[in-house]
Amino acid sequence: MTAVSTPGVEAAPYTVEEVCEHFDPVMGLEVHVELNTATKMFCGCANAFGAEPNTNICPVCLGLPGSLPRVNGAAVESAIKIGLALNCRVRERSGFARKNYFYPDMPKNFQISQYEDPIVFDGYLDVPLDDGGTWRVEIERAHMEEDTGKSLHVGGATGRIHGADYSLLDYNRSGVPLIEIVTKPIVGARDRAPMVARAYVTALRDILRGLGVSDVRMDQGSMRCDANVSLTPKGSPVFGTRTETKNVNSLRSVERAVRYEMGRQAGVLLSGGTVRQETRHFDEQSGTTSPGRAKETLADYRYFPEPDLPPLEPGSAWVESLRAGLPERPWERRARIQTEWSLSDEELRDLVNANALDLVADTVEAGAPPEAARSWWVSYLLQQANKREVTLPELSITPAQVARVIALVAEGTLTNKLARQVVDGVLEGEGDPDEVVAGRGLAVVSDESALTAAVDEALAAQPAVAEKIRAGKTKAAGAIVGAVMKATRGQADAARVQELVLERCR
Amino acid sequence: MSDMISLDAAELARRIHAREVSSVEVTRAHLQRIEAVDGPSDGSAGPDGVHAFLHVDADGALAAAEAADRAIAEGGPVSPLAGVPVALKDNLTTTDMPTTCASRILDGWRPPYDATVVARLRAAGLVPLGKTNLDEFAMGSSTENSAFGPTRNPWDLTRVPGGSGGGSSASVAAGEAPLALGSDTGGSIRQPGAVTGTVGVKPTYGTVSRYGLVAFSSSLDQIGPCARSVLDAALLHEVVGGHDRCDQTSVNAPLPPVVEAALAGARGDLAGVRVGVVGELSGEGYQPGVLAAFTDAVRTLGELGAEVVEVSCPSFSYALPAYYLIAPSEASSNLARFDAMRYGLRVGDDGERSTDEVMSLTREAGFGAEVKRRIMIGTHALSAGSYDALYGKAQKARTLIVRDFTAAFETCDVLVSPTTPTTAFAIGERVDDPLAMYLADLCTIPANLAGNAALSVPCGTSPDDGLPVGLQVMAPALADDRAYRVAAAYETARSSTPDAAPRIPELRALETTR
Amino acid sequence: MSDITRDDVAHLARLARLAVTDEELDTFSRQIDAIVDTVSAVGDIPDDVPPTAQVVPQTNVLRADATEPSLPRDVALAGAPAAEEGRFRVPRILGEEL
Ligand SMILES: [Mg+2]
Ligand SMILES: [Zn+2]
Repeated sequence: MTAVSTPGVEAAPYTVEEVCEHFDPVMGLEVHVELNTATKMFCGCANAFGAEPNTNICPVCLGLPGSLPRVNGAAVESAIKIGLALNCRVRERSGFARKNYFYPDMPKNFQISQYEDPIVFDGYLDVPLDDGGTWRVEIERAHMEEDTGKSLHVGGATGRIHGADYSLLDYNRSGVPLIEIVTKPIVGARDRAPMVARAYVTALRDILRGLGVSDVRMDQGSMRCDANVSLTPKGSPVFGTRTETKNVNSLRSVERAVRYEMGRQAGVLLSGGTVRQETRHFDEQSGTTSPGRAKETLADYRYFPEPDLPPLEPGSAWVESLRAGLPERPWERRARIQTEWSLSDEELRDLVNANALDLVADTVEAGAPPEAARSWWVSYLLQQANKREVTLPELSITPAQVARVIALVAEGTLTNKLARQVVDGVLEGEGDPDEVVAGRGLAVVSDESALTAAVDEALAAQPAVAEKIRAGKTKAAGAIVGAVMKATRGQADAARVQELVLERCR
Repeated sequence: MSDMISLDAAELARRIHAREVSSVEVTRAHLQRIEAVDGPSDGSAGPDGVHAFLHVDADGALAAAEAADRAIAEGGPVSPLAGVPVALKDNLTTTDMPTTCASRILDGWRPPYDATVVARLRAAGLVPLGKTNLDEFAMGSSTENSAFGPTRNPWDLTRVPGGSGGGSSASVAAGEAPLALGSDTGGSIRQPGAVTGTVGVKPTYGTVSRYGLVAFSSSLDQIGPCARSVLDAALLHEVVGGHDRCDQTSVNAPLPPVVEAALAGARGDLAGVRVGVVGELSGEGYQPGVLAAFTDAVRTLGELGAEVVEVSCPSFSYALPAYYLIAPSEASSNLARFDAMRYGLRVGDDGERSTDEVMSLTREAGFGAEVKRRIMIGTHALSAGSYDALYGKAQKARTLIVRDFTAAFETCDVLVSPTTPTTAFAIGERVDDPLAMYLADLCTIPANLAGNAALSVPCGTSPDDGLPVGLQVMAPALADDRAYRVAAAYETARSSTPDAAPRIPELRALETTR
Repeated sequence: MSDITRDDVAHLARLARLAVTDEELDTFSRQIDAIVDTVSAVGDIPDDVPPTAQVVPQTNVLRADATEPSLPRDVALAGAPAAEEGRFRVPRILGEEL
């Protein structure tokens, strides 16, 4: 086994299994989550993704001289809820601190963060693994801070920071509330370390989504992961030198980045080199990491207590009321639903993979039987979503609307075929199911005399067929039923039509 | 010299509200006085002008005065100071005037918002005349650190008016404005008040909103009034003070009844009031004439019925060192935002240089020496290697000073001291010796560190140089009214003595040369 | 003795983004050394004294999560040394501060 090196790309020469023959990996994961509060952390500007540049800014989030921060109470509640969901302790008295460093996307040239006294600390998360096991990830702390603005690099290879002629700054994101969740060192995962990393971030995402505190969209940057990785030579009590990999923008990348760093560091160490303590960037394309700009000095952020904000003392009454409102853990809920609906593992997995679990659960909540709800979402609606190239949750139909369609079928107002047309109408924006039924005139024709008249008309139009039926060839009735269904534009109950045809030919 | 410029704000307000005189006439009189004695606002008049103002907004002031006159003519309720002109320290944001903090780095900046205190002044119908000079970013004790030239002491134009709010105090002393707002981080309202013979108040920390005050040292900064009488200061205090949701350090409690206290004090009785003389704030390093005036003042307090006792605050010896660590530390962070990216000066952007280089060149060119010194000291005090020994210990010093005050206020209602160890020193005398300059705030700093209320009231002149001396009265947090009561009683007693100083310097030579 | 050297001042100036001149390095190192010497007097204070960071009596001062008007963009950009496409234009950024 030799380390292959390609110019420009540092290959990861060792597989995780090979790495673990010599080393024990140690990981630390730092996840930044943007809260989905209505307003920013320290001002009343809208916290909105994708607005026109510099339209959600004010003296506070633009860091204008004289402005002062004002803490968003909802963000503090979200921070506490996250801590409780991660089994953390809530600090009796905590406060904000200034982290000082110059960077043009940070208008005050300090970030209001928390330092020695994060609002929640010392927790854990029992993470379900793909192989059916569980891994306990210990949480060091979660603290509140503010996001930075965004820069657009112009000139050179446009969009890249290196070689740009100048940059353009948009401060809409400046001051958006962030929670930074930091794990304790994750040791002992060995060759499962990349999988544990991914499972942890997945579980964290699911928990945060369940809490409703963040959009947790890694693709939009509302959830961002930095992975610290080091290798300890087997039997050594001392952790190796770690690197911090940034820019890990998907769950898959979390796993790949950890795997790559393990292999790369093993390559360095086994060839007699030393791992440099540095920040590295993950490249989604190549699946590799590359070093960031070497820093001449170790960062000294000169933290000190934020003098503009009084301390926080959440108090047990407040904390307990937040605890009481916590939702079920996503995987516990999943297990409960599987039992209640008698789903096979495969059926459950299909639901989860299709992003349908919540939708089905909400449809059941709205009164539909689980089987019908599941079948609607994973078949017809999934087809429609695929056709429109959106995910199920993005379809413009609500679980309550689906439940109503199911109810209309159950009471005989709609056939399954008609029901699909109603759903189409809802998806086209024609209103609620009842409005679509009325608007498109889709209800089943249940008027017996009208149906009888239609049957008689069809029999009269096809005398030869009618004769065959009368002669006992009941199979021939299909042609008449078809004609009647056509005449009623599908709004008749085909089974009832069949009965009527036979009745009239008796 | 029009008599209007020598009248107290309370008397001006009475005449305006009784429609004996219009706000426009009063405003015009003050604008004329500024024109006569201030010199060009860039300080180019050499040693001739007082140079209290960096910007005068005559049109805006006259428009505000007209509006006040209309409101009064309509007969509806108006605030007690409606129609009275006021000067604003140029570290308060204003939408209709530049805000420079006497620094080149804010060149060309127009704030898009008014400071809370400015908004309150406007809402109460006061008439902002302009923005007053200060030591750059309020860092200094003489107003010589202004990028736009020093302000001169109206009682002696060769001397400093104190600082950092020398412009505000000098404008009031010179009759250019009946009232002014200042900011006091280590004495910047009280110390210039003392050396210009005016009243200056640092309210309890958190009782006047800091929103729109360009921060120097956030945990110490407090806005307060400058006036020629204790009652005037109280009237202005009540206009600008009180809770503000835009400042989360703002105390959510009713303002102490300072106007009532000033009126009660003026009736002259201090029976039952326990006055503590702080032993540590006198003696070596204090100008004999200052101590003589102070001793006289204490005697007067006793004659008014106060019970005078000696108190000791041993930890006050740490106040100056602690202040010169905490204030620069916070300043190094607060002033980081002046980086040439979003507003103000930008130097050296040639299309090749990086943000870091442009930031460094701009800050180098835009800040004066004292500001750079303090930024570097603060950067040092907060850095990992010195934090515990410097900034951390300064925070502990703060605890000890708070404890000294708490103990002293167990036996005393108020504490008194000279406001400043010396009278106004000569322009240029201490510019090259920062440590000598820092001593000017020796007596005023403890109240900033502890956050309690303190004011300076004129206590005559020093027999050795004839220049004004200030009496500092300190009260517990949220008991500002006690300081007002004692100061008003003292002021009333002094004004009836034969050697009471004239309220406004003649500055006749200036007026005729112009 | 605080022993603030020329090199220390150069380092502080770099951290604080001040392009100080050689001459300033001399004066500032002398002055800052003297000042730090004086303020180091706080070193006598025993370690067990608790710190006071601020003198604000209240806690849990929180704002309701309700939107308030932002600045009009032209107003926000009006003070900018340079602006382009509704954004603040700044010189090239060298690498990331991480
Ligand atoms: Mg962070
Ligand atoms: Zn904002």
